[in-house]
Amino acid sequence: MMFYGVELGSRLLLGTARYPSPQVLADAVRASAAEVVTVSLRRESGRERAGQSFWSLVRGLGLRVLPNTAGCHTVKEAVTTAHMARELFDTKWIKLEVIRDDETLQPDIFGLVEAARVLVQDGFEVFPYTTEDLAVADRLVEAGCKVLMPWGAPIGSARGLNNVYALKTMRAHFPDVALVVDAGLGVPSHAAQAMELGYDAVLLNTAIAEAGNPVEMARAFALAIEAGRLAFRSQPLAPRDMAAPSTPTFGRAALAD
Amino acid sequence: MLISVNGERHELDAATLDAVLASLGYAGRKIATAVNGRFVAAAERERVRLNDGDQVEVVAPMQGG
Repeated sequence: MMFYGVELGSRLLLGTARYPSPQVLADAVRASAAEVVTVSLRRESGRERAGQSFWSLVRGLGLRVLPNTAGCHTVKEAVTTAHMARELFDTKWIKLEVIRDDETLQPDIFGLVEAARVLVQDGFEVFPYTTEDLAVADRLVEAGCKVLMPWGAPIGSARGLNNVYALKTMRAHFPDVALVVDAGLGVPSHAAQAMELGYDAVLLNTAIAEAGNPVEMARAFALAIEAGRLAFRSQPLAPRDMAAPSTPTFGRAALAD
Repeated sequence: MLISVNGERHELDAATLDAVLASLGYAGRKIATAVNGRFVAAAERERVRLNDGDQVEVVAPMQGG
């Protein structure tokens, strides 16, 4: 799988927030076999060291980082945050979030497209967190995004794929764009379903971080993603309305009266 | 002059962003900066002079999803 020319072995992108401890975070990341972890930026005072110790932990994992613009509500905030992230993490990759509504964390698709356009022109490789709307997706591709990340469901909601039809349509409409289901997954079967639809990867955080056992859940998601991908490649059977006997009827013994 | 750093007001003598950061204990830290909503690259900090009422943002890596 390729994101902006970078070959990755794992189809799981994992968030680093909300784990019970830094050790559990590190163990869960290893168990997930993820090669990309998402990170963020927050204010830090001269007296604090939280960001510095978090960075040591992430650097110790030796993985590629995907910084986000979480919490940004305007194009200006998102663009400035992206520039700060590029310098801080030394990467052109940016998970672009421009949020409109704090209840649903619904992306502001208008701001998103505008910010994507600005950032691509500034040399960024943009991973936009978007909805499943095809016209918006088309605008993002037009702006230069080579990866699209439609939501499965609102961030942290654990509802799975709210709109399977639309996600399926999106896959069919953009056969050559890397598609990642980002957000809203709760259990490994949700991830498997996304992979069975032909999505290239999934991005999740809370489903692993807030599970009773994050490390085992990380492994469960890794297995589900692999199974789902294998199923997609194996060309699954199409659903049908009527029964179809799996055991051949030819040669059946005549035992009725 | 009065400068806001991460929303907290500071009465500071330092004139450049670099000097302000050093006086607040940020020297050598992994941080990124913005002044009045505009990104200021690390290499530019020593050239950026602050004015009374400027708003400085200093961010560091943090957990994110």
